[in-house]
Amino acid sequence: MSTLRTEEMTLNMGPQHPSTHGVLRFVVRADGEVMREAIPDVGYLHRSIEKIAEKVGYRGFMPYTDRVDYVCAMFTNQGWGMVCEKLAGIEVPKRGEYCRVIAAEFNRIASHLLSVGAMAMDIGAMTPFAHVIREREMINDLIEELCGARLTFNYMRIGGVAWDLPPGWREKALKYLDHFDPILEEYNALISWNKIYIERLANVGVITPADAINYNLVGPNLRACGIKWDIRKDIPYSVYPEFEFEVPVGNGQWGKLGDSMDRYVVRIREMAESSKILRQALEKIPPGAVLAKVVRNFKPPAGECQIRVESGRGDMGWYLVSDGTGYPWRVHVRTGSFAAMGIIQKLSAGLMIADLVTLIASLDVIAPEIDR
Amino acid sequence: MQTLIQNLIASGAFGKNPPRDLVAAIVVFVMSLVVFLAIALPFAGIVTWVERRVWARIQSRVGPNRVGPQGFLQWLADGVKIVCKEDIVPDEADARLFKLAPFLVMLAFTLPWAVMPFSSSLILADLNVGILYMTAVTALTVVGVLMAGWASNNKWSLIGGVRSAAQIVSYEIPAGLSIFPVVLMTGTLSMQGIIRGQGWAPQHWFLFANPFTFVAANILYMSSLAEANRTPFDLPEAESELVAGFATEYSGWRYACFSMAEWGNLFIIGAIITTLFLGGWQFPHVTNNVVAMNVLELITFSVKVLFLVFLSMWIRATLPRVRIDQLMTACWKYFVPISFVNMIGTAVWVAIWPDGNVAMGYIMFAGAIALGAIFIQRVIYYLRRSQMEVYLNPTI
Repeated sequence: MSTLRTEEMTLNMGPQHPSTHGVLRFVVRADGEVMREAIPDVGYLHRSIEKIAEKVGYRGFMPYTDRVDYVCAMFTNQGWGMVCEKLAGIEVPKRGEYCRVIAAEFNRIASHLLSVGAMAMDIGAMTPFAHVIREREMINDLIEELCGARLTFNYMRIGGVAWDLPPGWREKALKYLDHFDPILEEYNALISWNKIYIERLANVGVITPADAINYNLVGPNLRACGIKWDIRKDIPYSVYPEFEFEVPVGNGQWGKLGDSMDRYVVRIREMAESSKILRQALEKIPPGAVLAKVVRNFKPPAGECQIRVESGRGDMGWYLVSDGTGYPWRVHVRTGSFAAMGIIQKLSAGLMIADLVTLIASLDVIAPEIDR
Repeated sequence: MQTLIQNLIASGAFGKNPPRDLVAAIVVFVMSLVVFLAIALPFAGIVTWVERRVWARIQSRVGPNRVGPQGFLQWLADGVKIVCKEDIVPDEADARLFKLAPFLVMLAFTLPWAVMPFSSSLILADLNVGILYMTAVTALTVVGVLMAGWASNNKWSLIGGVRSAAQIVSYEIPAGLSIFPVVLMTGTLSMQGIIRGQGWAPQHWFLFANPFTFVAANILYMSSLAEANRTPFDLPEAESELVAGFATEYSGWRYACFSMAEWGNLFIIGAIITTLFLGGWQFPHVTNNVVAMNVLELITFSVKVLFLVFLSMWIRATLPRVRIDQLMTACWKYFVPISFVNMIGTAVWVAIWPDGNVAMGYIMFAGAIALGAIFIQRVIYYLRRSQMEVYLNPTI
């Protein structure tokens, strides 16, 4: 049988498209429903955040870091704080570190909830999204009480955090965790083990471990390929060595190792682990100050340094070059979403158009984090 | 209907010796208008409100509750708003086809009401090929949708239109084959004839007549969902992939035509399944008053249809969407062969028990009740386990 010759169609997906999670653009070459290639086109959300750092100084840059990744802004806060502290040799008080970990882990749960809900919505199930937003609102309420903001927190400072936990906050947080653990089971019953859902995700967008390393994937995307790499465990920072938690990895239970379902399940399991860390942190939090004494006119010595934070989207690198003045000479952020965009072109060949949507959702890319 | 016209003419309501055909045509036209304006259009509107409220409750939201009591008049407000919007025809579109497409979709939505058996007397035309007519005219939708997708001159619309065409044409086959078992058992295609073949009690419904009809009813329901572009088969207007599918370029009242037909079709799906498998308007004979009986039958029929409509809303709020290849696999590899087995199985069954097997009806009805009990038990289990506050007041 001679193969039927069909015409290829070039589709433009985005920058305004409901499922590109912000302003992404893909040039899709498709043969009917089957994609030949999807070429990501980044740069629609470039706001020169790294350049802004050179103009506003060390302390002034903290609110801008929220905008690097607005879904989990605590990690960008923490990254900027940590890189400045490392360069200036500032020791953060123990309670300050605990506050950071508590805020960050709550933020990780919120970020993963949004990712999981948006993924369900991209596949057409509307209810899980409304439910995860309900849970995320409760976390937002908690964080609002902590720092006054719900999305762009600006909670951390160079040398610690801005405010201590308010009175009674700890009990509220524990109450929320008691509510959250069974809710996770309910989500699994509602959507995760749904037959249609598994069929849509299993064996779609399979990333081999070698590809994952070559394309520089990080965080849940990397761990879903079976590679146990978590900055919190492998290059420990802050007070993470004091907690006991597992690093969930993908196991290819529903299809091939490293498919979209693995990435989804790794996120679900990470939320449970974050909940574990939070319980320990709220249990062990020591008394004391939360903010180290830092000179008002903060000027780190000339030099360069780099730190890594395990953010909701994986290994986030902060690189800072200082020339000894009150303004950074150069700042660079290395984010997980940008790396994840790179592999889409390779994975998209032969997938359906509907699968591109699930692929983007499963890689959990956040548009502002790609461009910064 | 014919007797009504005969009586009207005989009573001299149109003067002496009126032109019979003309009078009949006018009466039928007026009656159709009444059915369409008084039932079809308000239903399509109100069901949007119902769906949004049901959906909101399932998602623990509130839903529209501002316009009128409990937001009941929301559909009127939306309707007025959408009609007032500009009717945009894109420059690059094929204007004539673009403008024609919504009418075809509306036509496919309007025509089935002619054979809608609301009660033993309330039916516009009890055609002897009623059910065949119903499936034939509802399939007209595909022409309108494909036309809309093609004429929009937008690639996303085109994909939506083509998906819809593939889907509706494919699912016509299992849907058609699932009607055959019932036709085999009753020996008629007339809507009223099929309903009269069943009893008012559930064990006399064709749903529980034998295992094959039970499977056929389920396949017909799923295929109908696919034909009406409902979740989990809403690929033609997959919101997260194709924005609004074939209707992306439409605005104003033309867009309203599409959405009205979509929601109105829910009633038609429900009516087909109620007629074929759920005993239609059958109600125990409690009074000799014809009007009272007809009202009771109308209520019975509506309740059954509305239950099926609610079921489709529930499904829409729960399930994710399938992919196009999975959709086609489900149709050609599973639904079509199973439908053929159903047909042959029912034929054998009818050959063995020409008058039906009464015991089987009771057994299957008991099985259905047991299934329902298990379902309710699971619901209670999850409610208890999740430790959530349950808001049982539906009017929050």
